[in-house]
Amino acid sequence: MSSFWAVFKRELKSYFATPVAYVFLVIFVAFAGYLTFSKQGFFEARQADMQPFFVNLPLLFIFMVPATAMRLWAEERKVGSIELLFTLPITIAQAVIGKFLAAWAFLGIALALTFPMVITVAYLGDPDKGLIVTGYLGSFLMAGGFLAIGCFFSAVSKNQVIAFVLSVVACAVLVFAGMPTTLNYASTFLPAGCVAAIKGMSFQEHFESLQRGVVQFGDLAYFALLIVGWVAACTVILDERKAS
Amino acid sequence: MIEVKELRRSFGPVVAVDGISFSVGQGQVLGLLGPNGAGKTTAMRMLACYIRPDSGTASVCGHDILKDPIGVRRSLGYLAENSPAYPEMTVGGFLRFICDVRQIKGKDRKKSLDRIVPMCSIDSVYHQTIETLSKGYKRRVGLAQALIHDPPVLILDEPTDGLDPNQKHDVRKLITEMGKDKCIIISTHILEEVEAICSRTIIIARGKVLVDSTPKQLKEKHHVSLDEIFRTITKMKKSA
Repeated sequence: MSSFWAVFKRELKSYFATPVAYVFLVIFVAFAGYLTFSKQGFFEARQADMQPFFVNLPLLFIFMVPATAMRLWAEERKVGSIELLFTLPITIAQAVIGKFLAAWAFLGIALALTFPMVITVAYLGDPDKGLIVTGYLGSFLMAGGFLAIGCFFSAVSKNQVIAFVLSVVACAVLVFAGMPTTLNYASTFLPAGCVAAIKGMSFQEHFESLQRGVVQFGDLAYFALLIVGWVAACTVILDERKAS
Repeated sequence: MIEVKELRRSFGPVVAVDGISFSVGQGQVLGLLGPNGAGKTTAMRMLACYIRPDSGTASVCGHDILKDPIGVRRSLGYLAENSPAYPEMTVGGFLRFICDVRQIKGKDRKKSLDRIVPMCSIDSVYHQTIETLSKGYKRRVGLAQALIHDPPVLILDEPTDGLDPNQKHDVRKLITEMGKDKCIIISTHILEEVEAICSRTIIIARGKVLVDSTPKQLKEKHHVSLDEIFRTITKMKKSA
């Protein structure tokens, strides 16, 4: 097992070593269910699809993913364990990727725990399985994007609250930029090209197309670039700030 | 085994380490002495490749700290100032994690753990989480992680800080024994410790090496205790 896997394993285990994981999973699953059945009127719609579930995830992720990410590096720096980690034979990139993937796997577990939703839809009707798969794929990629942003801000500040607030703001900007109300407002004073650019940068645009079952290279590349970019920025900032 | 050449590091306007040079060979225990803020910890952190120097370089077992930091980290055991660890992990889980990162597997891992746990007297707390341990036990766990791969070079930042007199005696004995075939640098404020375990001492203040000698030679030259020598040298520098 390489040093990278050692960090991955330790990080994933650490979520479950404290009540953090259980609190997060219960709240996430409860809220996802509540928003689907209550707010989105799942039963009233009389349609056997997962649309009411997926449509809420960006808003839910704005708070839940930064809550997962805020401890990643802020805690290491506060406790001082970053000095231990970076004096072991492991590169900063290996440590960052190991911790990021562990947190992403944890979010994957949270998403997997929403499986009763799939069972409910399958029991009530005959849903399009492809839509469910691409919907989950989009959700997982979006969680990765949010997490990469959270990972970066966790490396920026030793204080977990500051890391959380900065991540929430950054994620919210990327979600709300794609909302029709924002785009309509922007179109009143910005040229069409700029509005299209804002739309293209938003999570909504790419997540919605995956929800519709359309897997395009552009959407996958968007999430991949977003994740790689923020994780790389996290590596650079950690190298600069680890000893400060 | 350790070659330090003109190592310099500043933090903003404060020069923490100002062009220090020295070398330490196998079988030597070097005591780094200095008042608070002298630059001991910064120098050790640079040798452990935790922070990069502004200029100068150093090598550990032939590995350059700038060109091959991973090689350096493989060949040394480093105990940081406050023995940082992961509080939620058990002592056993923490040491297994260190083995994983250092690629110590299978029988070697069992052998390493069987050697290090009694050596550092942490058998009784092996299944306890680190956050529940006393300062002394945390220090010993830190020492265990630094020694687990039996490295040829050890850098220990105040290794006996927080230990009770019996534990201090044990750790000093351990360092003296290991010092016969390893290259060890320790930093300390306790001058009796230098006399007891160090074959050589370097006094630094304001980032500069003021004295590089053996405790015995220092006492012979100045005809007073190490304590007085330390005060005279560091205060002389301050007033200058």
